[in-house]
Amino acid sequence: MTSDAPPAAELALPLPAVAWRRLSPRMLLIHPVREVVRFIPALVGIFFAGGSSQGGGHWWSLGALGVVLVLSVIRWVTTRYQITAQQVQLRTGLFRKRIITTPADRVRTVDVTEHALHRVLGLARVSIGTGTSDRKREALVLDGLSTGEARALRSELLHRAPAGGPWTLPTTIEPAGAETELARLDPTWVRFAPFTLSGVVTALAVAGFAWNSLNQSHITAGDVGAIQTALGQLRGFPVWLLVVQVVLGVVVVITAFSVVGYLLAFWRFRLTRHPGGTLQVTRGLITNRSTSIEHRRLRGVSVSQPLLLRAVGGARLTAVATGLRVGRGSERGGTVLTPPAPLAEVSGVADRILSGPGAEQAVRASLIPHPRSALRRRLARSSGGWLVLSLVLGALWRWAGWPMLLAGIATGALALSLALGRDRYAALGHAVFGDFLVTRYGSLDRRREILQIDCIIGWNFRQTIFQRRLGLLSTVATTAAGRQGYRLDDLDPDEALRVARAGTPGLLDEFVVWR
Amino acid sequence: MTSPPAATERQAGPPTPSLRAPVNLVSSRAIDFWTTRALLGWLVPIGLQVGILFLASTASHRGANVGVLVATALLATAHLAVMPRWRFRVHRWEVSATACYAQSGWITQQRRIAPLSRIQTVDAERGPLEQLFRLANVTVTTASAAGPIKIRALDSAVADRLVQELTAAAGAGDAT
Repeated sequence: MTSDAPPAAELALPLPAVAWRRLSPRMLLIHPVREVVRFIPALVGIFFAGGSSQGGGHWWSLGALGVVLVLSVIRWVTTRYQITAQQVQLRTGLFRKRIITTPADRVRTVDVTEHALHRVLGLARVSIGTGTSDRKREALVLDGLSTGEARALRSELLHRAPAGGPWTLPTTIEPAGAETELARLDPTWVRFAPFTLSGVVTALAVAGFAWNSLNQSHITAGDVGAIQTALGQLRGFPVWLLVVQVVLGVVVVITAFSVVGYLLAFWRFRLTRHPGGTLQVTRGLITNRSTSIEHRRLRGVSVSQPLLLRAVGGARLTAVATGLRVGRGSERGGTVLTPPAPLAEVSGVADRILSGPGAEQAVRASLIPHPRSALRRRLARSSGGWLVLSLVLGALWRWAGWPMLLAGIATGALALSLALGRDRYAALGHAVFGDFLVTRYGSLDRRREILQIDCIIGWNFRQTIFQRRLGLLSTVATTAAGRQGYRLDDLDPDEALRVARAGTPGLLDEFVVWR
Repeated sequence: MTSPPAATERQAGPPTPSLRAPVNLVSSRAIDFWTTRALLGWLVPIGLQVGILFLASTASHRGANVGVLVATALLATAHLAVMPRWRFRVHRWEVSATACYAQSGWITQQRRIAPLSRIQTVDAERGPLEQLFRLANVTVTTASAAGPIKIRALDSAVADRLVQELTAAAGAGDAT
């Protein structure tokens, strides 16, 4: 580092110099604690094994811990940020300096997260999303503003007033009375938690962590007395009882994890509309998360009903917005509009979010089913492979003496795949209602995607040789929002053209012939 | 893309709209280009099999080796005879005053349409083999990551003109 002077002069903009700010000094408390938590498995190892068995291995990790603590202090010292009316800039790093600049008018989402430690100290982590290029390294994250500053920053970035000039950080919190509440968590919704896969994922993660900790602390599970006696007792039971016990145990554990996970993620969930033009999702039990999406970037919603959730009448709502790609797993956090909730509630929220003619029908009305020949294609795709496999394994069992079990498993899978194919066909549907294109597809992960037609850019039509013989056509409406393309599988070609002409008036006229 | 049987055998009634194919064919050298490219691809498995036959094959396996080699050669001949001509009949493109429209594929066929006002980038690209045949691929992207429009195997000069035309048309507006 050559100089600590604020390089305001480097900005080739006629701006009055705006002070470079540091993150809150209270972050000096958070970083070390966080690093210590990360080293807990190693510390547990020291506690149990005394560090005597394998030379000084644990002292190395203690030394590393010290280095990490020093680095965290350096990180705080070298991190500065600057906010002007035109841009947000973040400078970090001692040896590898990085300057991240985001033009203020590119800001699409502002995510304010308060982890447990942050909340104790009254701090927040502000993550400023600028759209499609949101990779980990490019996102602008200010970890450690005071909550007041964070909220003021959010309202300034998203509800930007037309007034120019140097921007000063107000310390007042935005008035809370002006917002309209669109949805709020009903505690009975927790009943949907076991029907999401989050419990399985959490259970696996916890099991992995426990296994890792055990390994690092040099404890062999078989050596612990309690586990030995438990295993000894289990050996006395018949096999079927063991299986029942294990299955029950897994179900109970997964249910418990998913309920806890649901509460952690969605406790105090609120969806509000702000007069400045944003939708705001606030949620979280320990970690408090608050995501704001600009209303003018919201291009539609997606009602998702995975198989298990659908079986109990639940659904989830996510946002379709430009510059906000649909992520997977934890990345999906940015687009969540409701937790798993009853379908009627989710539809109500979708209805209240969308505005314009046709919104009500787009959410609730029944859709145009796809041609019957689409069922044949769904079945061929879901079951074709299993059919061949069952026939081959059946023949091998009959004439080559292979075990019957293999053929049986393949036949069972064939039956399941047929049911899956039928359900996929049942899902297929589409419609154009007023300002909205609606498409529904999928079985294991069924979605009803509702998209404003004025954000449709163009169309892709696709026909395989089989589709041409069946008289079917798959269509994708391309858009800059959400998944970038929304598919309408296996339509009648005339119907596909009708939808495309309704979705992009005028675009196809020159390429249409009348017969 | 062939129209569905239902559309061709329609009874007299109110006229129904259907999407026609784009007007322009790609360069006629495309057939030779696709043939050469596929031939180079087939030379690898055929060359390997010939190598095995002469260097590593034992008398007991020779019959099987020759059989597989003949089957591969037949498959290659059929592919080379059918694919390039079929492709040439399918690949078409058209740029109107407001939209860019292209058709591609052979077994699986695609049609893609985007308005000129939403074009973000226009890209002409020539691989070594394409340069040999004086051909170029033009790729047109919009703000959507789903499916850029690719016009393949255009005559090099036509591609350059097309890029200029599309770039000029895409110049105005925000395009998102």
